[in-house]
Amino acid sequence: MKKAVFPPLMLAGVFLLFISATNTSSTGYAVGDRAEDFSLKSVNNKLVSLADYKEARGYIVVFTCNHCPYAQLYEQRIIDLHNKYAPQGYPVIAINPNSPLIVEEDSFEEMQKRAKTYKYPFEYLFDEEQKVYPKFGATRTPHVFLLDQDRFIRYIGAIDDNPETPKSAKNRWVEKAVEALLRGDKPNPDFTRAVGCTVKKKPTVAPDPVSAQKENTPANGGER
Amino acid sequence: MIAIRLNRFLLFLLVLVCCMSNYSASAQSFTVYDSMPQLESRIENAKDTTLVINFWATWCKPCIEELPCFEELRERYHGQNVLVILVSLDFKSQLEKKFIPFLKERQFKSEIALLADQDANTWIPKISEEWDGAIPATVIIKGQQRKFNLGKFANYTELETFVRPFLADVSALKDISEYPCLTGK
Repeated sequence: MKKAVFPPLMLAGVFLLFISATNTSSTGYAVGDRAEDFSLKSVNNKLVSLADYKEARGYIVVFTCNHCPYAQLYEQRIIDLHNKYAPQGYPVIAINPNSPLIVEEDSFEEMQKRAKTYKYPFEYLFDEEQKVYPKFGATRTPHVFLLDQDRFIRYIGAIDDNPETPKSAKNRWVEKAVEALLRGDKPNPDFTRAVGCTVKKKPTVAPDPVSAQKENTPANGGER
Repeated sequence: MIAIRLNRFLLFLLVLVCCMSNYSASAQSFTVYDSMPQLESRIENAKDTTLVINFWATWCKPCIEELPCFEELRERYHGQNVLVILVSLDFKSQLEKKFIPFLKERQFKSEIALLADQDANTWIPKISEEWDGAIPATVIIKGQQRKFNLGKFANYTELETFVRPFLADVSALKDISEYPCLTGK
């Protein structure tokens, strides 16, 4: 009897171990959760909250950044989303979650430059303390969270299914989701995945352990 | 019955081989997988080998910084039933312009592939349910076991520590080497 019980238990144990060892990235909001409002500095040097949008029927929150080639591929589409849906009550609110300590190009000054160059019609906010993106569970750029008027998350994922060629996209997921909300329907799908750049988290200990280590290990750090 | 199945299997293999393209960029060869099922059968063919599969792209800076660590891993575990596959997510349209020149410059020793499956929403969870598509990302596969890591390993030690539980005879291994991953170039 014991023999029959133990292997499955051990298997389950191993399985659990795997889950606990690896499941560190899947925190944050899921569809159906209510998002907390935030207050972040925009490129215009003012603090912006969702509550400031008095006329909004919902919010297209896009975690994006300056440097990521995927974010750049989607930049015009993010502008288009705002131009199309802000008049219908769904403005884009773009948030840069990246630490400029990792990628200089994602600094606040560079955000200001980029927003000016490409004439962003939406607010471009800086999650300088990196406290907002983990609450949302944003892991990549670009990463969209569509919220309804009461800040309930209704869609999480990609803008569409063709990063390289917008015209060839078979599914324009965010548009489809906003249209569904405008009709009073549930977005379907309400969750999609896509390739993107990881969010660049600021270092917790030493600012640059890599270069420090490099100097200490000439034998291994050499010719490769 | 078995013969029919075998025939079907051979046909499947033939179709697979026809759809996949093998390239050689001056001694640096790579395989283009147009769809995830092709990469999946590559994984299945590895049987009891410990596969270390890293997803990267030439446009992804942290990915590029991390690649030398996978090369180091390949070298250290060469002959120990460990196979490193570096799967690029570069666009196929930039094969000649970006991907091949990059390979020529770096001359990797690990197995190189390019996954050109456009339907990311479908294939990403097949690698790991935990993964939503950000790169770099790494998965270790040995038979039915899988372990996933999102983001860049801080240094070589972190990568090797991540891989070690999958290796059969840890006692025979050398001490974990310290190596910062950066190319320094």
